[in-house]
Amino acid sequence: MQVLDDLWIRIAVWFRGLLESFLPPWAVQLTMDVLGILLLIVLGIVVVLAFTYMERKVIARVGDRIGPNRAGPFGIFQAIADAIKMLTKEDVTPTNADRWLFLAAPIVVIIPAVLLYAVLPLGRGMVGVDLNIAVVFVVAMGGIPILTMLMAGWASNNKYALLGAFRTVAQLISYEVPMVVALLTVVLLAGTMSTVGIVEAQASFPFALVTPVAFVVYMLAGLAELNRTPFDLLEADSEIVAGYFIEYSGMKFAMFFLAEYINLFMVAGMITTLFLAGWQWPILPSWLWFLIKVVLVIFLMMWIRATFPRFRIDQMLGFAWKALVPLSLINLFLVALVAKVLEPGWVRTGVLFVSNLALLAGAIAIMAQVARKREERARAAGEAAIKRYYGSEVR
Amino acid sequence: MSLPQILFLVVGVITLGAAVAVVTSRNVLHSAFLLALTFFGVAVLYVLLDTPYLAAAQVLVYIGAISVLIIFAIMLSRKVAAPDLVQRNSQWLLSLIVAVLLFGVLAYLTLQTAWPAAKQALGVDAIGGLGEAFVGTYALPFEVVSVVLLVALVGAIIIARER
Amino acid sequence: MQDNYGFLGLYLLIAIAFPFVALGVAYLLRPKRPAPVKSSTYECGLETIGETWVQFKAQYYLYALVFVVFDVETVFLYPWAVAYNRLGLFALVEALIFVGILVAGLAYAWRKGALRWM
Repeated sequence: MQVLDDLWIRIAVWFRGLLESFLPPWAVQLTMDVLGILLLIVLGIVVVLAFTYMERKVIARVGDRIGPNRAGPFGIFQAIADAIKMLTKEDVTPTNADRWLFLAAPIVVIIPAVLLYAVLPLGRGMVGVDLNIAVVFVVAMGGIPILTMLMAGWASNNKYALLGAFRTVAQLISYEVPMVVALLTVVLLAGTMSTVGIVEAQASFPFALVTPVAFVVYMLAGLAELNRTPFDLLEADSEIVAGYFIEYSGMKFAMFFLAEYINLFMVAGMITTLFLAGWQWPILPSWLWFLIKVVLVIFLMMWIRATFPRFRIDQMLGFAWKALVPLSLINLFLVALVAKVLEPGWVRTGVLFVSNLALLAGAIAIMAQVARKREERARAAGEAAIKRYYGSEVR
Repeated sequence: MSLPQILFLVVGVITLGAAVAVVTSRNVLHSAFLLALTFFGVAVLYVLLDTPYLAAAQVLVYIGAISVLIIFAIMLSRKVAAPDLVQRNSQWLLSLIVAVLLFGVLAYLTLQTAWPAAKQALGVDAIGGLGEAFVGTYALPFEVVSVVLLVALVGAIIIARER
Repeated sequence: MQDNYGFLGLYLLIAIAFPFVALGVAYLLRPKRPAPVKSSTYECGLETIGETWVQFKAQYYLYALVFVVFDVETVFLYPWAVAYNRLGLFALVEALIFVGILVAGLAYAWRKGALRWM
């Protein structure tokens, strides 16, 4: 197992040895870095293509359909066929568009997405770069697409696009707050912002068990950041067609599409890293554990997409500010207090787990209460209107 | 020249070029996006100065939040987002003079100050030290920041709701 | 400058090159048959009526504003969270006051209806 565990590291060390036999040291380092980066990006994109196939299959199966089944056995080459299609599609720039911004948006959107791969720990000792500010780096890079959405929406000079961009941006900035507070909780528990350090801090307990509230909040905010159901308001096909990238076609569209799925992988990877102990857990090789957990998280997201209806925009924004933000802040200080009072160990984890569940139950109870009151009020108003109209009690 | 110096020059030229373009662009929305590029250049300069946390905070706050706020503000203002708007009014000369004077004062102060430079790189735990300083030495400014943010929030809500 | 950021800079250069390569390859491969109808603004088969670049409602601005305030807040709280294990109970109280003041701002925004979608 040990051999399998550091299989990739061994290959890297062997390759470095090979290079050292004929290159000067600085060239060896440069070659290794460039190859590593290219490998990360290329593998990342291959994985992402696999996820698009997986998504279509999963959604199809839930809907009692078959899904892609023409390109290759079980349609596994569907993603490749799509990639080729994207590459050879005609590119249309609308006459009324702002040409330069229209071109800049798909370029700018992909860069931070690709950069994010650098800090994701894919296995024991397998990380592009172990930054000591990795968590803030991820949040900061995740903020740049917000700007590109406004860029694309405005440059398209299309009402659907601009409306979609505004909606999405309102959503993204609203959900970034609870997401960041949930991250703070994890950083507080781990005492570091390095992704590698956070994974190592979960050697005994994954943070999903230590603080389930942060886990749930991060998961929900992650879904919203990805614009996935139930937060897919920008793609509300029946209302604003496709959102901010409606005017994009061909490879430019592919850039947005790719960035979206890279971010899906990143959010699932961050959930795995922050809450599910990353590559830790025994028996299987570390990188395999990481992949299994990521696939499970992504499967869960696809399942949610296939199951739930869409929020309305007022519900969506209200849920972020009035439910998730207070909940995550209370949780932050609950965790901070318990972490200060109790020593790390079984007792602390138990206390945190139980108190978190209680907090979650309380929050759900309050929300259910508010929803019930609202429904009663709406019904009363409706009945009053009927009474006014007919002058008496008519059923 | 060493590599960091070359990098500093390249990034500095890009940042300043973007900044000049912000002022001279005919389209106010282009200006806003170029301003974001300027912010990014400043973030890279922070990295070159070995303060990565500041760089990340710069990207997070200035590009992720302030730029969005600026663009929203532009789009909320009637007709400002129209691409053929004249970006200059009668006070441009005055503001140019003020800007040059401000630059002169800042440059003078920068050259006059004896900067206490750290001889070695900051330790691995620079961020933890920052956190300790926030609640230790600089506890009062730390709380004042919160009050300032509160005032900004309340004031902006009052102004925005009056319109 | 640490080696980490040298690597990240290299990464940034390659990441910037990536979309240019992708779009460049597509530029070479794709057909080019422009037509005025094709490049008209996408709408339900009709001409777009009126300006796209119109005034948006102030609601968006208010959300962005509350967001900026909380974003700045978290920038201050990250170092606090990193150092938390070494700090005393007083640090918790200080952060509580810090966030409490901002929560008062959130409550104010909530009460004034800045968070209500209209």
